[in-house]
Amino acid sequence: MPFLIFAFAFLILPTLNIIIGSFQDATGAFTLENISQLSQPIVLSAYLTSIELSLVTAVAGGLFGFLIAYAIVLGGLPRWLQSAVITFSGVASNFAGVPLAFAFISTLGRLGLVSVLLKSVFGIDIYQAGFSLYNFLGLSLTYIYFQIPLMILIITPALEGLRSEWREAAENLGATPLVYWQRVALPILLPNLLATMVLLFGNAFGAYATAYALTGGTINLVTILIGNQITGDVLNNPGLGNSLSLGMIVIMALSIGGYTLLGQRTSRWIK
Amino acid sequence: MAFLELNDVRKVFALQTAVDNFNLHVEQGEFISFLGPSGCGKTTTLRMIAGFEHPTTGQIRLGNNDVTARPPNQRNMGMVFQSYALFPHMSVADNIAFGLTIARTPARETKKRVGEMLALIKLEALADRYPYQISGGQQQRVALARAIVIRPQVLLLDEPLSALDAKIRDSLRVEIRAIQRQLGITTIYVTHDQEEAFSLSDRIVVMNAGRIEQVGTPFEIYNFPRTAFAASFVGTLNVFPATVVDAAAGRIMVDNIALTTEAITTAGVGQQINVALRPEMISLNESERHDGDNQLTCVVENITFRGSIVRVQVRLGNQSLLVDEFNRPDLNVPQTGHQIVLSFPRNACLVLG
Amino acid sequence: MLKKRASGSAWSWLWFALGAAYFIIPLYATVDFSLRAKRGELSLLAYANVLKDPRFGETFLFSAEMSLLTIVTGIILIVPTAYWIHIRLPKLRPVMEFITLLPFVVPAVVLVFGLIRIYSHPPFMLVSSPALLVAAYLVLALPYLYRSVDTGLRSIDIRSLTEAAQSLGATWPTIIIRVILPNLRASILSGAFVTFAIVMGEFTMASLLVWPAFGPYMDLLSSSKIYEPSALAVISFALTWGTTAAIQLLSRRIPGQAPMAGLK
Repeated sequence: MPFLIFAFAFLILPTLNIIIGSFQDATGAFTLENISQLSQPIVLSAYLTSIELSLVTAVAGGLFGFLIAYAIVLGGLPRWLQSAVITFSGVASNFAGVPLAFAFISTLGRLGLVSVLLKSVFGIDIYQAGFSLYNFLGLSLTYIYFQIPLMILIITPALEGLRSEWREAAENLGATPLVYWQRVALPILLPNLLATMVLLFGNAFGAYATAYALTGGTINLVTILIGNQITGDVLNNPGLGNSLSLGMIVIMALSIGGYTLLGQRTSRWIK
Repeated sequence: MAFLELNDVRKVFALQTAVDNFNLHVEQGEFISFLGPSGCGKTTTLRMIAGFEHPTTGQIRLGNNDVTARPPNQRNMGMVFQSYALFPHMSVADNIAFGLTIARTPARETKKRVGEMLALIKLEALADRYPYQISGGQQQRVALARAIVIRPQVLLLDEPLSALDAKIRDSLRVEIRAIQRQLGITTIYVTHDQEEAFSLSDRIVVMNAGRIEQVGTPFEIYNFPRTAFAASFVGTLNVFPATVVDAAAGRIMVDNIALTTEAITTAGVGQQINVALRPEMISLNESERHDGDNQLTCVVENITFRGSIVRVQVRLGNQSLLVDEFNRPDLNVPQTGHQIVLSFPRNACLVLG
Repeated sequence: MLKKRASGSAWSWLWFALGAAYFIIPLYATVDFSLRAKRGELSLLAYANVLKDPRFGETFLFSAEMSLLTIVTGIILIVPTAYWIHIRLPKLRPVMEFITLLPFVVPAVVLVFGLIRIYSHPPFMLVSSPALLVAAYLVLALPYLYRSVDTGLRSIDIRSLTEAAQSLGATWPTIIIRVILPNLRASILSGAFVTFAIVMGEFTMASLLVWPAFGPYMDLLSSSKIYEPSALAVISFALTWGTTAAIQLLSRRIPGQAPMAGLK
């Protein structure tokens, strides 16, 4: 089947090549040298920053996204608003890379709308105060822009799946709205919430274009390091490139696997 | 003073009146069914009793307290939903214990009462299973246990059997009635299935278009339906128009055929009325004929074998009439196209308002 | 009870408003910025400059061509496969699930890295051929394209249609072209639009494989110009909005159609 040949040649083969290459030296002999190179300070700090960035944006974007999804599904907002938000989320979760970087530069860059407004109206110079769009905090704010809509898209069906009978049954048995949330709604949603946040983690962890466009490759993330390996900017070391990539694949596999497993749990409950 | 009272309850949704002029007094321990077609307001009424909906006007009293404005979580009523509504993330035992833990019942007491409930619904072996691991009938029994373990003042059941297979429906129906008798819980049961209502209830409330058509025991509802709707909704019924000839003597004309009923008080001579006749009240058998019975000669149009009964469709003037005969080995089954004589007592004719 | 509902709704409005602000302010700022190329007045100068730049047209066309190639290749590869799996080989479904999940596990930058390692030396010297770029794009678009076709196949009774066609004497190519494809039109189109959106905005693959595509052009412009990149970003939004609107019109199956790892 042509499709399987395609998938093998351009998806599975490169992946296998990276995995095998991580354990080979230049001559093709087995080595753990590449893996041990991962303990270099620059590599470790790249992984750390990538993980931190993904964690922060997954949790912050996830929580904020959940609150918005809750508001539009169960919060008593008009129905049309819900479909408007979903449509917008479909677009905004696609919205990443270079254009997203520009949007944030236009907003929170040195000459950005919000930066300038804060300075002229409130007299607060956020850059003087230590803020920068081009470091961890700025990148987090930018990533959250595509994390929130993804959360909304995935969690909305789960919130809609909360059956009104569960609330009524709980109330009927004496539960206050708070107890209903603690004992029924949240435990039912929790696997889904966690799953989606794990997915958001992976979503941020694998991101390259946005970070590159915003910081010009100066922030030390794993994806940026791999990109630099390709363009040959720094420490051109194919073995390290392989093991860096392997590390990414492992973390991504864990996150996607976690997402799938957690998702199965809820789908089993709510058949 | 009745145990549960609904006084002049009315519920108006945005565009329509769902329930109107609803008055009902329920005694302690009584089993009441709300029977009616979908959209007749029976579920809305039940939800008002539970507190999920608020009456637009009117009052609901429980044990001599006005509970109209009381939130559902303070009414101490157990509710069973059509869709079971078990909490999917809790085991069977945890589902049953839910109401008790909310009331902060001591752990030992909770355990004991959950155990009693599991024994009552005969599901001890499944205590640790999750709802998705057990069948629909078992889920509904758990839902029933969850509702009654809190010792509710009123048990509310909203079409609890309609999502189940016919066989399980029958056995669970018997179980519900047995448990209700055993515990003596005042029960309101919503259904569109007349068979359920008849077999379960002490009294039935027949509802249509948001109003009560008739309240009565199953016997009264079936034998003495007071409105055309009540008559037609319960059981099969032949209804035909007639003209009153002599009201006091109960003489009427149907398509030039003279019939006799009980004395007519609701209409005068020459007026058009509707007369109802239950198929099983009509007899094809000569030996069951008594003096003064109506006798008619008809042509057999169609015969349907329905297990315990044989349904014969006959033509009487312009009317088609259904006759049900018990199926006995010695039954003389009529032939299609043949003429037969059928008879029915005068009190079998129900004059509808 | 009623009071609680009202306050709940107030919180909802608050969260919604915060979210709306977070999403609309950057968009507004970008538009605002793009109109300020002339000092002291609002003008479309930045847009004019962008449109005048020959590289804009070149890169835009290049990306459009690449996306078209990706879509056509994708349809040829995926539709018969998905169909065949539905009809004959449902056992292979888990394999397909795995393959369509893999592009999320292997981030774009890692995939490019692997592709370059394999295809930059004999026997397969593909690195300087646009075929490799199209293949890479197709991997990115694979999950969306496949899922779109798969849901399309699920929504029609594909087996009965096939058997009906067979009993009328149709051959396999006839069945696929005359019976299956017309029934899948909406889902294929929606998959095609997603692919288009992915390819037009793609930066990682094109930049690391060194192709003059639209994504790298936007980045390049940002290092030399101030206002023009914002104008370009606005054009890019409009493009994304347009395609998404088209997708939404085509199908109401919104969840799961959001491109993820690939784009960022």
